[in-house]
Amino acid sequence: MSSTLSLKTEFIKGIWKENPVMASLLGLCPTLAVTNAANNGLAMGLATTFVLLSSSLMISALRNLIPHQVRIAGYIVIIATFVTVADRFLAAYFPSISASLGPYIPLIVVNCLILGRQEAFSSRNGIGRSLLDSLGMGIGFIFVLVVLGIIREILGSGSIFGFAILGDWFTPWMVMILPPGAFLTLGILIALANWYNDPSRAKERRAVS
Amino acid sequence: MSYFLIFFSAAIVNNFVLSYFLGICPFVGVSKRVSSAVSMGMAVTFVMLITAVVTWLIYHLILVPFDVVILQYVSFILVIASLVQLVEMFIRKVSKPLYDTLGIFLPLITTNCAILGLALFSVLRDYSFMESVVFGLGAGAGFTLALIIMAGIREELELAPVPKYFQGAAITMIVAGGLALAFMGFAGMI
Repeated sequence: MSSTLSLKTEFIKGIWKENPVMASLLGLCPTLAVTNAANNGLAMGLATTFVLLSSSLMISALRNLIPHQVRIAGYIVIIATFVTVADRFLAAYFPSISASLGPYIPLIVVNCLILGRQEAFSSRNGIGRSLLDSLGMGIGFIFVLVVLGIIREILGSGSIFGFAILGDWFTPWMVMILPPGAFLTLGILIALANWYNDPSRAKERRAVS
Repeated sequence: MSYFLIFFSAAIVNNFVLSYFLGICPFVGVSKRVSSAVSMGMAVTFVMLITAVVTWLIYHLILVPFDVVILQYVSFILVIASLVQLVEMFIRKVSKPLYDTLGIFLPLITTNCAILGLALFSVLRDYSFMESVVFGLGAGAGFTLALIIMAGIREELELAPVPKYFQGAAITMIVAGGLALAFMGFAGMI
């Protein structure tokens, strides 16, 4: 079925319609854990996208060589290898980001989003198509992480990407950068996405325009 | 640090699910019924306990002496994947109904961040052997506790008039937010 989709659709679908976080609820752990500031969300998103792209490349190239019975173990080893690369890279060049993300960088290994894409897509499609799919999913993931990070950072510390934008009059809502804030913000975002995607509303929109 | 403190901290104060966000996927997926939440919690606790033992041995007896600590992610995840496979085979042999309840979530324990997180945290905090076993037990107990509370609330929620767009995942997140807020009350006890 997927082979009938055009290349453009393959790329676009991950960004909104099949967004890994909003539509499929994949990769929630890093989404909730590292988005207490926009910077962290962006770094996490980029690292995940790197791992997703490289393992898709590797797995779609090897898809006919990996025996079916041990494919999951094979995928996990490939993913873990690229995560080690990303982890060492961040520790060497961006030690402060690496320190603030802590154990959540190695935990990319068990991000269901990555294994899910390999199992559902890269193991059945060619290299080009798999790369496009991963890139779309990666961008969709970064998008959600950054939006969540921006909302929580503005409300929780009164700044965006570390720059203070709200004046002294603003009392930061501490709870937003603590764990409960993550759950509440994501819950409200998902509800907003449901509202936006509601088919009956989409019909209204078309009727108006 | 005494064993009791480690256990208490992993189970309640720094609950894996509600303050480290580890194991959110099964938390959202298997928390619809209290009965399946209990069995999922037990399966995870069991895997955590074995993982704590095995990864400690691998890290301190193989990776450190041979100076290949860089391989820790690859080796940890492989060990966890094979352990989960074993537990799955065991449960299928021993109890068919239990196997049917846990369904597809059993293989998913492999990609449960809580298990790998446990191994990584005990390396990071430099726990001794006994300490990491207690840590594993505490984390498993905390996971089970959070899952059961959540399942209880969701059973009640089915009767509640939830606004249309909040149904499903959204209200689950909001409820989890409330729970996390409640668990924050324990902060500062240690």
